[in-house]
Amino acid sequence: MAVIYDLLVQGVQMFLVLALAPLLTGFVRVIKARLLRRRGPPLLQPYYDLARLLGKEVVLAENASWLFRVSPYMIFAATWVAAALVPTFATGLIFSWSADLIAIIALLASARFFLALVGLDIGTSFGGIGSSREVTFASLAEPAMIMIIFTLALIAGSTQLSTIAHIMSMPELGLRVSLGLALVALILVAIAENSRIPVDNPATHLELTMVHEAMVLEYSGRHLALIEFASMLKLLLYVSLIACIFAPWGMANPGAASLAFLGGLVLYPLKLAVGGALLGLFETSIAKMRVFRVPELLGAALMLGLLGTLFLFVSGSF
Amino acid sequence: MRGLQFDIAHLLAGMLVLVSLIQLYQDRLQSLINVFALHAIVLSLSVAWQAHIQGAPHLFVTALIALVFKGMVIPVVLHRVIRRLGIHREIETVGGIGLTMLAGVAMVGLSMVVMLKVTPGADPIAREDLAFALSVVLIGLLMMVTRRNAVSQVVGFMSLENGLILAAAGARGMPLVVEISVAFSILIAFIVIGIFLFRIRERFDTVDVGALDRFRGDRQ
Amino acid sequence: MNVEFHAGFFVFALLALAAASVPLARTPRGPVIIYGAAAAIAAIAALSGAIAAARGIPLQVRLPLGLPGIGVRLQLDALSSIFALIVNLAAALASLYAVGYGRHEHEQGRVLPFYCLFLLGMNLVLVADDAFTFLIAWEFMSLSSWALVLVHHKSEVNRNAGFLYLTMAAIGTLALLFVFGMLAGGAGGYAFDAIRAQELNGFAAGVTLLLALVGTGSKAGLVPLHAWLPPAHSAAPSHVSALMSGVMTKVAVYGFIRIVFDLLGAPDWWWGTLVLVLGGITAVLGVLYALMQHDLKRLLAYHTVENIGIIFIGLGLALAFKYHGMTGAAALAATAAIFHVFNHCIFKSLLFFGAGAVQTATGTRDMDHLGGLIHRMPGTSFLFLVGCVAISALPPLNGFVSEWLTFQVILLSPELPDWGLKFSIPAVGALLALSAALAAACFVKAFGVTFLGRARTPEAAAAGEVDRYSLAAMGVLAALCLLAGIFPGVVIDILAPTVTSIVGGRMPVQTEIAWLTIVPIAESRSSYNGLILFLFIAFAAYVAVYVIHRLASDAVRRGPAWDCGFPDPRPQTQYSASSFAQPIRRVYGTLVFRAREIVDMPRPGDLRAARFSVRLRDLIWDWFYAPVVVGVTTAADLLNPLQFQTIRRYLALVFTALVTVLTVVALWQ
Repeated sequence: MAVIYDLLVQGVQMFLVLALAPLLTGFVRVIKARLLRRRGPPLLQPYYDLARLLGKEVVLAENASWLFRVSPYMIFAATWVAAALVPTFATGLIFSWSADLIAIIALLASARFFLALVGLDIGTSFGGIGSSREVTFASLAEPAMIMIIFTLALIAGSTQLSTIAHIMSMPELGLRVSLGLALVALILVAIAENSRIPVDNPATHLELTMVHEAMVLEYSGRHLALIEFASMLKLLLYVSLIACIFAPWGMANPGAASLAFLGGLVLYPLKLAVGGALLGLFETSIAKMRVFRVPELLGAALMLGLLGTLFLFVSGSF
Repeated sequence: MRGLQFDIAHLLAGMLVLVSLIQLYQDRLQSLINVFALHAIVLSLSVAWQAHIQGAPHLFVTALIALVFKGMVIPVVLHRVIRRLGIHREIETVGGIGLTMLAGVAMVGLSMVVMLKVTPGADPIAREDLAFALSVVLIGLLMMVTRRNAVSQVVGFMSLENGLILAAAGARGMPLVVEISVAFSILIAFIVIGIFLFRIRERFDTVDVGALDRFRGDRQ
Repeated sequence: MNVEFHAGFFVFALLALAAASVPLARTPRGPVIIYGAAAAIAAIAALSGAIAAARGIPLQVRLPLGLPGIGVRLQLDALSSIFALIVNLAAALASLYAVGYGRHEHEQGRVLPFYCLFLLGMNLVLVADDAFTFLIAWEFMSLSSWALVLVHHKSEVNRNAGFLYLTMAAIGTLALLFVFGMLAGGAGGYAFDAIRAQELNGFAAGVTLLLALVGTGSKAGLVPLHAWLPPAHSAAPSHVSALMSGVMTKVAVYGFIRIVFDLLGAPDWWWGTLVLVLGGITAVLGVLYALMQHDLKRLLAYHTVENIGIIFIGLGLALAFKYHGMTGAAALAATAAIFHVFNHCIFKSLLFFGAGAVQTATGTRDMDHLGGLIHRMPGTSFLFLVGCVAISALPPLNGFVSEWLTFQVILLSPELPDWGLKFSIPAVGALLALSAALAAACFVKAFGVTFLGRARTPEAAAAGEVDRYSLAAMGVLAALCLLAGIFPGVVIDILAPTVTSIVGGRMPVQTEIAWLTIVPIAESRSSYNGLILFLFIAFAAYVAVYVIHRLASDAVRRGPAWDCGFPDPRPQTQYSASSFAQPIRRVYGTLVFRAREIVDMPRPGDLRAARFSVRLRDLIWDWFYAPVVVGVTTAADLLNPLQFQTIRRYLALVFTALVTVLTVVALWQ
């Protein structure tokens, strides 16, 4: 009985992230439009876009290989699984022990691996630009992420997200410089990983600024829908991750009453909304960077992560 | 000692190190000076907190001096200097920004190892303050070494001095006289460097200190 | 069946095979027979390694050969049996691959005998139980592989590679000679048992560690001793490259473990830090070098350097934890290192086989002349892709598991009392993460430029799939990558006796944990389950496919590529190996390689072609090797007059040397 209940919670989580991901993207777009005093697209526009793409036929380039057709499913599946393993409204999900934070990040890296490969599949120069820049940025973003994980794991004594969330919600943790550094670094990494504004602009097709868009330029129809959906899920994942680590309040613990789960379910969209609003505000207030300035930004994130780990030794040495 | 007092002291001192590293990251003079102002403000907060927890009112004076002079007057003056001289706004670095950042983090690590090793029995707050202060000093020196521009060398020098003040504030019982004399000497140094700046600018049409080397014949 | 028979069987079988291969090399069926027999022998050897590992009782043999008083001692204990299993497994598959691949070789007579001797040499290193046998076997392995590097000796590049390899191998063996000299001490007991009983003082042990690092590190490819490895590994035929890169480097790792963990006794405080930092530097530099290559086999060979770095990070951590008496953590570190030995052996062999298949099919291994092979070689490209995913440390394959275990050890570092280690271990963790991310970039490049896109040359466009034997060998390796990735607990348990024998403790039993999860320390701390993750991904992908194909449009239309409206039909406009690496070269290369891009753009009206070139400098070569070369040349010039002396002067020279030595000995006592 308990297993069925746990499976139910895990299932709810899987489909909750799926349902909310386009909404979050739409919300960020609305916020950005309002800040620019535009009316902007409707909140539900991403859903309409996905439905429209799913209904269209796929136009494949003549020399597209099987990898090109399989990859969208792989990318979507890996991102979906990763998103389903980040605690959103309840900790202690039944499959959470199958992958810790390092494995979740590695799952996203798998998705990126295939995305970068398909950028090269058609043999166009735009695809090449996108892939080579993506892997370059990732080569700095991933170590930065690992250093952030180190900082968190050293505080919580665990790389398991549920445990981290539990430790972080305890009041005796106090104020820590390291946590501040980790938060700043995590935000920088999240912005780079989701191709948001100072790093990449998800809304343009201008060759000098695009990274993510360049890789998926040749996709259409249902394949494009899957890839777009995967990137929405990734945004949701990072916002949930930040919420789970730095605002772990209100998440239902395993074995809690149903009311706690309901509370978590109400609170989670609120957290997403706050995260999305802050992201929209940030994006409108900053300009796009030159491509070769991005590695410096990510290098700074890496340094912050490393510094966070070092500071822990100072505060932890008494 | 794991109370809120410690946490806030730790947070402020850590932020000072962080702002020092942010200084290293800047590639524009204007933003460098703004970050320097932030550095001074964080320093004054940190010193004020020390004054509060140590119950030492004279440290509030130190904090005030830091806030007024370094946080406001000197940045404003430096901005005016830059505007008047029309100095090229990009900072020229020796080695890339990434490399200096890496070296900066290494400095932080080094100073922590040294400080935590040599002061095992000391008061935790002082101990941790000293470790951070030493890193701020080292990063300031690093900045002076790796920047070609005279203005950024001035900024590096003053952030180095901030590190000294942090160390002194943490070390309980620094007399006010010492602090005032330090501040005064900084002011003198600032004036000297200012004059020096104008002079090289007049003579060589640049504030790149490499010009002096060329003049002396050290380089081709 | 007694042990002597076993040992004799393998030695004589391989020697007989080597002898038989000389006449058989000339016949058309000869290579097939030889490689088939080698595959069978290696498979039996792997099996006996497995049985020995399972029984857990060391087998010892003493043959009446070699030095008087010592004889030739052979032993198959926990450490050597696990390496024997790994090495022979890869060797069996390499031989199977060669049944198909080897037919394309023109110089059979130069490959076959040395191939058998090479297998023999590697096995003898693993079972040697005295210093004399170890060194002889080590040199045997070096020389036979050197002969294999020089199979295509007509090319200048290969000759240089061979010369460099021979020099470095000589230096390595010299260092090992001194290692055993130090280990044996004044008493001069060269059997490993006698060496273990010997206690070295701190200084002598430290010197021995440094010498062992030079001796085994030069064979394994530890920076800065890696310079010979990429040219030599890429010069040999591909199945030999796979053996050299995937297997021989592991024998070198075995040598390091045997000497430092087993023979040398308790570690000193600085050993772990040194090995760890060297490993971290090796990992990052190796992958950066690999990213700059455009020759597929050279890229793979440089990437071996990276993996050796990861293995040495694990070994360094094990040494550090062992010194501080934290046996559990040391066991975790040693497990991670040996797990990575196994993994690298498997996927690097797979990738070299793939590179060999590409070379057979197209006649080139320059990635800038390839492209689009996924259409022409579907089997090879799929299996190569599996290898790429595994080596890039991506879940749910095996490369991820060993890196994950290494990260878990790194997270235990705050418990160490030593401040230097506390700070250096997270920094090495950052280097490890950096190298993992760069490895993914490297293999996106390797697979993307070689197999994806459009064919850049007619040869690439006309390529065909390789033979069944090659595909079978690659298929087995790819399956092993997946199996080790989703059942890591089984591998960890198999490695447990070995780990116990080198650090005195083991990880908790993994196969009894529910759902085959692996839990290195405690469940609340971290756990990983490759199987569930794999099934979870498969389920998610299935749901996606099912929903899409039920609800969405199924229509597909083929059309020209879109490319923002400006597609260029010339395949040369695709991203090449060098252009793919350009952003990485700009970010890291300006520092590490002093990379300079030279653009020669003619003025308007000038009809010259515009030129772009990149200049990379190998700083390690410039700083480390070039001075040595200059020094040796100068010394040789200075000593040159000695060659033209009268006999009397030669005698005087010998006499003086003798008297000097005797005086030193007299004063020493």
